[in-house]
Parts: sequence; structure tokens; C-alpha cells
Amino acid sequence: MSVESGGSSAGSARATDGGRFGRGAEPPSEGKHEFAVIGRPLPKIDAWAKVTGETRYADDFFLPRMAYGRLLRSPHAHARIRSIDATRARALPGVYAVITGADLPRVKFGILPVSQDEEALCTEKVRMVGDAVAAVAAVDEETADHACRLIDVEYEPLRALMSIEESLAHPEVRIHEYGDGPNVHKNVALQFGDVEAAFARADLVREDVFFYEGNTHLPMEQHAAVASAGPDGKLTLWSSTQTPHYVHRLLAKILEMPAAHIRVVATPVGGGFGGKLDPFAHEIAACRLSQLTGRPVKIACTREEVFYIHRGRHPVLMWIKTGFTKHGEITGCHLRTWLDGGAYGSYGVASTFYTGVINPVTYKIPVYKFEGARVFTNKPPCGPKRGHGTPQPRFALECQIDKAAEQLGLDPAEMRKRILAEPFTKTANHLTVTTIGLGECIDRVVEASGWRAKWGGWRSQSEGASAAPSDNRRRGVGIACSAYLTGAGTAVYWNSMPHSGVIVRADRSGGVAVLCGATDIGQGSDSILAYLPAEILGIDPKDVHVHPADTSLTPVDLGSYSSRVTLMCGMAAIQASQRLREVVARAVARKLEVDPGALAFRERKVGVPDDWEKAVDFAQAVELAEAMHGVLAFAGSYAPPKRAGKYKGGGVGPSPCYSYSACVVELSVDEETGEIELHDVWIGHDIGRALNPLLVEGQVEGSVYMGIGEALMEGQVFRNGVHKQPSLLEYKSPTTLETPEIHTFLVETDDPEGPFGAKEAGQGPLLPVIPAIANAVYHAVGVRCDEVPITPEMILKGLELRRRGKAARVGPERIPRFTFKEPVVVESAFGQPADAIAVRPFAQ
Amino acid sequence: MKARLSLTVNGETHDILVPVHKTLLEVLREDLGLTGTKHGCELGECGTCTVLVNGEPVLSCLALPADLADAEITTVEGMAEGGRLHPLQQAFAELGAAQCGYCTPGILLTAQALLADRPSPTRQEVKEALAGNLCRCTGYTKILDAVELAALRMGAPR
Repeated sequence: MSVESGGSSAGSARATDGGRFGRGAEPPSEGKHEFAVIGRPLPKIDAWAKVTGETRYADDFFLPRMAYGRLLRSPHAHARIRSIDATRARALPGVYAVITGADLPRVKFGILPVSQDEEALCTEKVRMVGDAVAAVAAVDEETADHACRLIDVEYEPLRALMSIEESLAHPEVRIHEYGDGPNVHKNVALQFGDVEAAFARADLVREDVFFYEGNTHLPMEQHAAVASAGPDGKLTLWSSTQTPHYVHRLLAKILEMPAAHIRVVATPVGGGFGGKLDPFAHEIAACRLSQLTGRPVKIACTREEVFYIHRGRHPVLMWIKTGFTKHGEITGCHLRTWLDGGAYGSYGVASTFYTGVINPVTYKIPVYKFEGARVFTNKPPCGPKRGHGTPQPRFALECQIDKAAEQLGLDPAEMRKRILAEPFTKTANHLTVTTIGLGECIDRVVEASGWRAKWGGWRSQSEGASAAPSDNRRRGVGIACSAYLTGAGTAVYWNSMPHSGVIVRADRSGGVAVLCGATDIGQGSDSILAYLPAEILGIDPKDVHVHPADTSLTPVDLGSYSSRVTLMCGMAAIQASQRLREVVARAVARKLEVDPGALAFRERKVGVPDDWEKAVDFAQAVELAEAMHGVLAFAGSYAPPKRAGKYKGGGVGPSPCYSYSACVVELSVDEETGEIELHDVWIGHDIGRALNPLLVEGQVEGSVYMGIGEALMEGQVFRNGVHKQPSLLEYKSPTTLETPEIHTFLVETDDPEGPFGAKEAGQGPLLPVIPAIANAVYHAVGVRCDEVPITPEMILKGLELRRRGKAARVGPERIPRFTFKEPVVVESAFGQPADAIAVRPFAQ
Repeated sequence: MKARLSLTVNGETHDILVPVHKTLLEVLREDLGLTGTKHGCELGECGTCTVLVNGEPVLSCLALPADLADAEITTVEGMAEGGRLHPLQQAFAELGAAQCGYCTPGILLTAQALLADRPSPTRQEVKEALAGNLCRCTGYTKILDAVELAALRMGAPR
């Protein structure tokens, strides 16, 4: 692992450390062994429960008198509901209750305030196969299933619109009555500087069209929820959700009951990836059924239902026009995206912006124009999957850069290094960038992969690198880079409160309880919440008891999305721990008759380093502090710096800091069969600082794996309104056999915005994998695949085109007829110095 | 129709009365309270619900208890002996091979069967043995590493 603080590209414009380590901390000395916990490859605190099967996921809850629920879902992609008759179902022995939309308040909801377009149980219309229309609670699942089949629903089928083109071509068929035009959910246009002038200055202007197929999260745990309405009128929901806070808020609205009487507990989540970020029909139905039956009600979704819940990767069609100088510098970029949003809004407005706003964070793009439109279709709604809206335009840009590099005769790795964004500056679209370790990431993967020898220049495709003349396999390497946010700078609903809060409480045993609303979805947030207080208080992570994600106990954390948890909860945990430490230090200082600033906290002791034999045990120090101060419970709060660009739409994209990744892929393509075999993936990731390198590597490896799936096999495809493969067997995802060796290199830039300098790792490393594979395929066989997933059929089609003397490109041929809005025109902020670091709410 | 059955799980024999079509997965979780075995698809596609039957990996979502009257069934709860973790469990925890942890029980048991059969498997053999167990979190890297580490430790003289 690289531990030089930043290398040459990270910049040295470090602000004071007051905001980084919290008030009262001594700035750590330089060097690798400055920390006792941070930077060490410790097991996760929940690892033991997970390897023994003791972790209780939502579906593992069995409560006394519990009933089992089931949803009846629409078999039609688009239909009016004429009537629902549940008489036969209600008469079935063992059925406790049957509800329809009529049994819920007539309130539409949605995760974003601007897209309140969902009903838990549809009342007038269904907009996709899988929309819920009724729910049953019964003595067991089998009876509930049976009862669902006895509910008579009369539908009037409507024309189903199953693609962007179809939805735009049929304005007379309306999926929703709101939006920016018939079947257009959102239409955005932003312009930062004069792109036409930038193209006129360029030596090379490329226009390319790309398509990125939609795919789904496919968590191994199917969504499940258990609701229990008490006789006191209060309600508790245990759910596999990544956002207990948003579910809490929305349940109050949907059920029309006081939020103060609702408790939402996020159980350990068996894989999220963004798929458990919305409030869902099964959660709401479980609550209502529990209220009506006076029993706890569990609804565990089937694997097929998880495909309908979806909220996964948007299919996106992209047109990208970029000007390059002969040295590879970008003069300007114009990007248009069309998103197939599916049947509901979900996070779609944010997704639409995300297809445009993050690309400028990676390279110098002095002027930039982005136009995007999200279109409703009668498919499961898309939303935030790992990388949220950014893998698609990243694929487009990185493949286009590869094409430009070839035309300009440049090494694509060298070219990228030449055009890296400057640390501590603003982008054209007014995003503030802090540290950038991308140059070092590129160096590391170029070196480790043997890039120069393997790439060996742009070769003519007649001389492919095969092992032997009889071997149809051709080897190739490809490179791509990316950037991703470390936490969204704005909340889903606008407010001035903290994005994350932590309470740290010390007890007389020397144990420390940490309460935080964060949800562990496998990424290790519970562990981070133990490591940081342990580091600051000089105790063992095992002494820390983490109590996460319970809205009646824990301060709000907005949720496990946008790679925000380590940074935001981490900063709040540091602040709370510092406050506890100060009080403990004062008490120990009084006893030892020394200055509090002279005290060190380590090895479960507090004392003066030069007089360590007098150091007091941490448990005793806590008792001294409690005697002096009273109960020791301290809160920490975090909200990101307010840096949103001052224009409409400027709220999507800002982040405290951005992570960077560079990836080299080596693969073989069989010219006979079109099959692709991945050999090795080298990935360099700028993590800021690895709080636990083991967990960071795990996030990077998992991201690479998921990128491989998206690049080569995963796709949600529909036929006649019906999902073609709503099962784990037919929806292809990589197994151990398709996953190559992944070589991870962590680059540390010690970002002034992050906890101990840390940035995100959970999403960014997915991004470069997909274009790196496409670029490697081209390097191997000379076929440009401007569409993912890249299938053997596409390869064979490209090779056939080449044999016929045509351009060996496979991908979308046209873009829709569509009029974007007049753009919001804003001056480019490119190259301006970054705003001050550590000017944050609640920092003091 | 219900059947009275005797089922031996983790060395303990249970007398149960269950519908004959109830799967082993459902009986383990709902009747015996052994929730360490997880649902993944209930169609035999993902490997999540793997348990050992007489030492062999079996998808419990496709198995019927009625067929298993004389069998020794092992679930993840039965891997540790006398409070001491199996070396596979130890290695998975130490190396970060369990992220969300949902596929972990099935993978641990599949790996246990592999190591019983082949104490020093090659990486490719580990990959082949685990090819039927999907994991969406780890990219498999740390899982393969952990199986190799456990094999090494189990082979080492005590």
C-alpha cells in the first residue's frame, strides 16, 4: 500500500487541522505508526456473528403470534384497476386480514419530495408488472399465498410503453400526469461556458453514441420486514432498509400517524447496493396489516419480487461530443443523456443529474454542457445502484477518450495523466475538488500490470496478440479512470440539521456505547463506529458497543447511500469522542496534577507518556470523570460544507471530497466464439486514508466484481411487458469462475475533509472497470463495443463488420428526437481555487 | 398432510411434526429455530441455503426432511466445536471474507465439505467448489483467500 501523504498530485494546500481531528486533539505526528487502531487490518466487529450465523437479518425475526403477509402484484405492465374483490380471500380459513389501497390513507409518496408518485397498494392504475394491489396476513405463508390467488382483480389493460422511444412516441398514453412533458419525468439542461467555441478551438472533435443497459442490485438477501403495532397505538418496524430515517419520515406521512409513535429499526442488511433505499410496499403493508390484526406481521419478498422492487441501474442512451487538442487536452464537452426511468420517480431526478455532473471532476474540462431527460416506462422503477447514475456517462467518456487517444496517436494512460484535474480547484460546474490521488493510481496500475509492454502501442488488428496461430484467442489490455463523491452534499429533503449524529457514552466498566443511525449493509459502518472512538479514547475496538440504526434510540444518520457513511458518521463519531475525551482528560489531569493537554490515551490507560506508570486505567478515568461531570454522554454532529453551486440544479454533485480510481484490465477474446475471458484486473484507488485497509480492499474488490457483471452479462431485459429473467439463474451474474484475480492498490492522499483523511471506497471503484473492459476488448480484437453488457454476439457482429470492410463498431445507431430545455447558463468555474476547507456547520 | 419425523441436526435429534412438502430450509429455520441457514432464491440457484447432509453440500431449499430421516445434517450453527470456531470461520472473520454475511453460512459449509475431501486444494479447485454459491459483496477474492488460509492452518501440525 502506498502511504506517502499524497504524492506529487495530491497538492499541499492543506488547511489547518482543527476541523479534521476535532477540537482539542493533538495533531498526529507524521509517520505510519501514529495510530493504534486506524490503518490496521482488524476484523469487523460483527465478523464473529456473521461467520457463526448469529446475525439476525429481518427475515430471521420470529415474534410471538406473528402472522405472515404476502402482496398480490399486478400481472399487467399498464392497466386501469376496475375493481378488487377480496371476499373469497377473506373467507379462507387462516386468513387474518386482506387490505387494498382503500384501507390506507389516500396519500402518494416517494423518496424525493419532488416525485410523490407511488402508492403502496395501487388504487386506480398499475404501471408495471409487479405493482402491488392488495396484501394478506395469514397464519402462514402458504395460506397467505393461497389467499392472494383468491383475490379477484378486474383490470382494463392499457398500452404498455416499454422503451424511451415508445414513451416519447406516444404522448397520448400517459404513465403519470406530472413531470416535464408527456412521459418525461425530468428534463434538465446546464451550460457552463461556450462549448461551441471550445470545439472550434479543438484539433479533434469526436461525437459518439453509447448505450448502457439497465441492471439490478441482486442482493443475496431478499427484502423483508416485520411490523408490530402495539396496543398503545405505537408501531415498530424492523426492516432490511438502508435508510431507516427516510422510512420513518415517510411511514408517518403514508400512515397518517405521528412520527413520534413510530420506531424503525434497520436490521443488518444482507446486501444493499442501493436497492433498499426507498420505502416499499411490503413495509407499509406489514405495518397496516399489523395495525388491523393486532399481531406482528412479517412480509418476506420472494426473489422474483425483488426484481420488481428493483430501483437499479437506469438504462441510459448517451450522446457525447468532446473537443481534444493534439496533445489530448479536452477543450470542452457536451453530453446528452436519456434515462429509461421505469414506472416511478424514486431517486430519478437525482439520477438524471448524476448522469451529467460528476464527469468534470476527473479531468480538466474547461467548459461543459449537459442535457438530460428521464422518461417514464412501464417497467420496474430505476434508482440508485452502486455509482448512482455515474457509471453510464463514465463508460461513454472513458471509451471516447480511448478512441481519441488512438486518433491522436497517444498512449491512453499517458494521455489521462496529462489531463488530470487540479487538486483544490473548482470544476466547470462549480464542484469543489480537494485532494486528487489519481495520478498515483494510474502509475500504480500501469506499473503493476506491465501496461507499457502489454499495450505496446496502437497495433493494426491483423496482428492480434495470440499465443499460437491455431489459437483463436486474442489478448488485450484496456485502461480507464473515474471519480466518485464521498457523500452527497445535500440531504434528500432540504434542511439545516446534521446529516449524521453520534452519541458516545462511557460507562464505569470502561466500556463505551456508540449510538448512530447508520445502517451496516456489509460495508462495515458498525466497525468504523467502533474504530474511531477506540482510536481517540485509547481503548480496544472490542470495548466499544455499537448500537446502530434505531430511530427511537439513535441520532439521525441519513442512510447508507452516496458513499457518505464513513465520512459523515466518522466525523460525528470523532467529534463526540473528542468531547468525551476532553472531560475524561480534565478529571485525570486533576488527579495527577498535570495539564490535560499533557495526557495520552492508549492501551486502555490515560496518563503522561513520560510518567506512564502513574497512568490510570481507562475505567477508573471514566469514574473520575463521571464523579466530576455527571453522566458521560456526548453528541457529535456532522453536516457537509455548504458549497452547492449557486444555480438551479447545483445541489446535486457537491461532496466533501471525491475518491479516484484507475483500472487496467487484461482479457482474451475468442474470435471464433466471441467469448471474453478476464485474466487480471489491477485497480488503484485514492481512499484518502484507509481506516481499515482490509475493509477498503473488500469494498474495492466487490466494486470491481460488480463492474464486471455490468460490463459482460448483467442486464434487465423485458419482452411483451414482462421481465425476461426474474430469477438468479436466468439473470446472469459472475460466479467465482468468471471473476478474475483482482489486484488492489490503495493510494492515500489524507484529505482534509475526511475522518483522519479518509474518502469513500464503496462505489467509486466500480466505475472504471466497465470502460476498461470495453477498451481492452478493442485492444484485443479491434471491435468497439459502445454498449454494455458486451456479449459474444456483439463481438462476432463486430468481427463480421470488419471482415466486410466496415467500421467494427457495435452500439446504438441513433438518438431519440427530443427537445431539451433551454439550458441554465452559468459561467464556468473551472480552475478557480477551492473554497476554504473545514468551514462546516456544527464543526465547533 | 403432516408427517412425524426424526431429524438429526448438528448431532442433536429432533422429533418434529411438519407438512410433508415443507423444505429442509423451512424446517430448519421455522421449526428448529436455526436461522443461520438463509433463503436466497428457494429455487436451487444461488447456494445461499447450503447445508451438509452426511458431509455433502445440499441445497436445503430443494431437500425434503422426509428423505433425511437417517442423515446427519450440519448447519452453520454446528461448525464450531465446544465454543471453538472452525478454522474456516476464524479465517473468514480475520480476512474480511464476510461482508453482508448473508451468503457466508452456505459458503462456509461448501468449503468445509471441500476441505474434508481435499485438504490442500488449489485456488482453481476452491473456485470450482464454490462456483454454485453466489456472493454479491466480496468479489470472492477474500473468500478464496480465507479458504486457502484455513486449509493451511488445518494442515499444519497442531
